[in-house]
Amino acid sequence: MSEVTEKYPLETHEQRLTVKDPHPRHDMQGDVDENERLRRAMANFAKNMNRTTATYMEACVHCGQCAEACHYYVQTEDPKYTPIWKLEVFKQAYKRESSPFGFFYRLLGLKRNISVEQLGEWQELIYDSCTMCGRCSLVCPMGIDIATLVGQARHGMFHAGLIPDELHEVAQRAKIEGSPLGATAEVFADRAEWMGDEHDTEVYLDKEQADILVSMSSIEIMKYPNSIGATARILNALGESWTFSSDGYEATNFGMMAGNSAWQKQATMKLIDAAINCGAKLVVLPECGHAYGALRWQGAAMYGKPLPFKVQHISEFLADVISSGRLKVKKVDQTVTFHDPCQVARRGGATEAPRVVMDALGVELKEMAPTGDFNWCCGGGGGVVTIHRADKLRYKVFELKMDQVEKTGANTVLSTCSNCRQSYNDAKDHFKWDKDMESLLELVADNLVE
Amino acid sequence: MELLDFARGPALQVAALIFVAGLIWRLLHLFLTQKKTDLSEARQGGEVGGGIRTVFSRFRHHEAFRQRTRNGTILAYTVHIGLAVVIFGGAPHIIFIGSFTGLGWAPLPSIVIHIAAALTLAALITAMGRRLSHPVLKLISNFDDYFTWLVTTLPVLTGLLAVAHVGARYETLLAIHILSFNVFLIWFPFGKLMHSFIAIGSRYTTGVTFTRRGAKV
Repeated sequence: MSEVTEKYPLETHEQRLTVKDPHPRHDMQGDVDENERLRRAMANFAKNMNRTTATYMEACVHCGQCAEACHYYVQTEDPKYTPIWKLEVFKQAYKRESSPFGFFYRLLGLKRNISVEQLGEWQELIYDSCTMCGRCSLVCPMGIDIATLVGQARHGMFHAGLIPDELHEVAQRAKIEGSPLGATAEVFADRAEWMGDEHDTEVYLDKEQADILVSMSSIEIMKYPNSIGATARILNALGESWTFSSDGYEATNFGMMAGNSAWQKQATMKLIDAAINCGAKLVVLPECGHAYGALRWQGAAMYGKPLPFKVQHISEFLADVISSGRLKVKKVDQTVTFHDPCQVARRGGATEAPRVVMDALGVELKEMAPTGDFNWCCGGGGGVVTIHRADKLRYKVFELKMDQVEKTGANTVLSTCSNCRQSYNDAKDHFKWDKDMESLLELVADNLVE
Repeated sequence: MELLDFARGPALQVAALIFVAGLIWRLLHLFLTQKKTDLSEARQGGEVGGGIRTVFSRFRHHEAFRQRTRNGTILAYTVHIGLAVVIFGGAPHIIFIGSFTGLGWAPLPSIVIHIAAALTLAALITAMGRRLSHPVLKLISNFDDYFTWLVTTLPVLTGLLAVAHVGARYETLLAIHILSFNVFLIWFPFGKLMHSFIAIGSRYTTGVTFTRRGAKV
């Protein structure tokens, strides 16, 4: 079993929580020969091939329109960032090995086998320059969900030991320590107690029975701990029976983002088991985009059967309790714009929930253009924010976001994803930008009618 | 045997056989691939309706994408509509289709067919020019893209030449036209022309998945 090394110490005091010392591209993990790497890459890419993904692989007509929806291409005009091109080596492999005419391709040598060198080149395209935001999936005339295919390609890359070191490191930390950013159970207990004092509220941890299991993202625990206090204040105001669990408090899933299904399952099962053990009827997920996708839409697949409880993103929960009149909030005299986290809105379907909450708060909402399901990604999702060597490109695509925000005239950006918030704040420092991103959850907690 | 007899006789039969067999094999391959069941709790029902809706909604880009995708979309529509008008509106084509289906309908006026064919050819040539010059299209294009363009363009070109009686006897031009269509049929199941069928499945699948989530399709 692998262990956490000290090769990449954490940058816990910086604006963006990640590991220090980026490694030169492209990165390689493990000590195996090229043939074995290739075998692993293809076997793990093909392992999750099903009718849906096979249909996607067969449907592309090379129209190139996905490029026009991708922030990386739009901002750089470099054709290599065309979303479907990011899958080219895997498409080649699929055609050769698994397509209906694969036999002829192999027999006649029409599709050459791919090489480890090619996979190495593609590492940047599959990790550094794709947040799996799914905007390309919305534009594709063939209806190909390219983001899903990139996720599948990451499985191949991970098992071939060909992912960016930083992402591998944080994913490995999550597997070993239970958190990618050092938010171990002890650290979480400390923070929960601190936030209980800070917010003068009860933060329940490890209650034997509770109707609601609440979780946090590692970024919130380590960087935005007020989320813990805010969540507790809201749930206590509602008089809910709720708890955090030391066995399942961390909702982030770096196994999923890195491309390791076993690590993904391990992280998901912690939450599922914790919820079952305390008899929760509802698991409330934190302000984190990919955590929502990991449990809400992929959790049951990891569990192997439908989940025995409901799952809601915190924005959905807030929208429900506000709409039903159970939670009252004060009016806020503020002009804001809203950044839609891709995995919650475009990929998750919870696009309206935050708008219900903002409507109740009475803020003046200046929507970005485009907004909602078509909003541009912050550029930090899919684990990209952890990859140092991708910083320059990430800042480049963030200029698109800055332009969107500037055009609204709002000074405050609200969002419901701590990873987006981290990306914003990091870019804000980089560009010395004057716009703040705030948490919708915290805004609600600060304006409760108690 | 005259070239024309060969073209619309054994050559057409072989081409049709390869077309049907290849089509069945390619679709069967997809249907035989394991289906993954989504175990997540649906936010809303109506997945099948959402899937069907997506098959049609992807004919038009959402407003957020229209400006950046306009050129490609206009070309694609010109080619597809042009081909449909020529194939299903041209009198000789209707007779040809009727010869093996027994169906028949009133043809469009010849002038409409000629204009549609000319526009289609112009759009196809422009599309190829764009593919050769646009950085994205140049990078992502492969043999399938170029060969598919060729086998699609040749029947349009030879059809126009046959109608205009340019370059050879009408019977010879007609034979070449039918032979080029035979090549089109043979290539159909092997390349991206299959998107005519697979795109329906691809759009439907995405529609089902994201309708289930309550997301935009």
